[in-house]
Amino acid sequence: MRLTLSAAVTSLVATQATAGDATISIDIPRLNVAEYHRPYVAFWIESASGDRVSNLAVWYATRLKDNEGNKWLKDMRQWWRRTGRELALPADGLSSPTRAPGTHQISFDSGAGPLAALAPGEYQLIVEAAREVGGRELLRIPFQWPPKDERKLEAKGEHEIGTISLAIKP
Amino acid sequence: MKKHLKLALIALTATSVLSVSAYAHRTWLLPSATVLAGKDNWVTVDAAVSNDLFYFEHQPLNLDGLAVMAPDGSAVTPENIAKGRYRNTFDVKLTQDGTYKMMVLNQGVFASYKLDGQQKRMRGKPDTIAKDIPAGATDVRISEIQGRIEIFVTSGKPTEAVMKTTGAGLELVPVTHPNNLYAGEKATFRMLLDGQPAAGLDIEIVPGGIRYRDKLNDSKVTTDESGAFSVTWPSPGMYWLHANIRDKKTRIENAERRAAYSTTLEVLAP
Repeated sequence: MRLTLSAAVTSLVATQATAGDATISIDIPRLNVAEYHRPYVAFWIESASGDRVSNLAVWYATRLKDNEGNKWLKDMRQWWRRTGRELALPADGLSSPTRAPGTHQISFDSGAGPLAALAPGEYQLIVEAAREVGGRELLRIPFQWPPKDERKLEAKGEHEIGTISLAIKP
Repeated sequence: MKKHLKLALIALTATSVLSVSAYAHRTWLLPSATVLAGKDNWVTVDAAVSNDLFYFEHQPLNLDGLAVMAPDGSAVTPENIAKGRYRNTFDVKLTQDGTYKMMVLNQGVFASYKLDGQQKRMRGKPDTIAKDIPAGATDVRISEIQGRIEIFVTSGKPTEAVMKTTGAGLELVPVTHPNNLYAGEKATFRMLLDGQPAAGLDIEIVPGGIRYRDKLNDSKVTTDESGAFSVTWPSPGMYWLHANIRDKKTRIENAERRAAYSTTLEVLAP
């Protein structure tokens, strides 16, 4: 009885102490090309079987008039197929403008948003980038949710994405 | 192909393209895109008859039988129809979200015969064609043609409304949506003949880009009892899919019915 109680208290404290339970970091490489456009990037989570999808973020040309930037969303072709074509964009909490070359971080709280709805199990973080007049690349990081301990997982891109990392805490 | 036959074919394709072809030429529509995002997109489509896919090198495909169906089932008027030496083109503005169907239906009655040692072909009407053939003609063959060439284009999420069939001739019923095809994955479709499962039908599948390879790389599959067949796409690209049949199901006496179906499918990289 006492043991159960103490365990419950510990987990409650742990949840409160770690706001920002998953942090994704992405390097967008500086490319020496004749015509450079910032990449469109989509971040989402799929269950290992692929039948459940949670959107995390999509960076695209959100500031063009009449949502003209939506036209190239389909170039992130896996994301488009898995979830993009089902969405009405722009969407609050999901859409944001493209980012310049450099390292960018986005954080998610386990108590709110897409992570709150995540049932325990095996997942993949998927990051897909597509650049106008450029290439396209997709990276995956498999992970277990909720994590048993604090860990940082990485995947390296070859041309459109530098390194992505996923830092998760119990 | 014998020379006189070739000449006759050229004469015929120039006036009214023979979409049900017993000859080598392939008839096709090629859309500029099949998967689109955002609003108010345009798609432009090339229409041609050629040997190699998808190159304009023989004849334009006649667009008299062109129809475009919007995702809600309504008819859309194609714009900027242009006639070229090797291809015809048209544009479609996609104002709705969902799947559009663009089709060229070639329906008609044709006769071929020999007169004074010359091979002749003519187009006619079902009720009068037998009478219109000159006296003294030999080797008379009358054919009723039901040709269907169609393509699918999706803006946003794929929809099913345009997949409704008419029950006439050869038609394709998707099990896998035709704008949801990826290399390495299996896709399944069903063929209908006059609205009934077309069992035992041979389907020819040819990948585009023929000009730059030595082998045709085509594949043939046969439909099962339910008219279904499956394809596992070896690589991304545009594919031409074709089937045809000949039978006696026509109200014209002593005539043959020839039904054909062609579509162009885009397979995306995974």
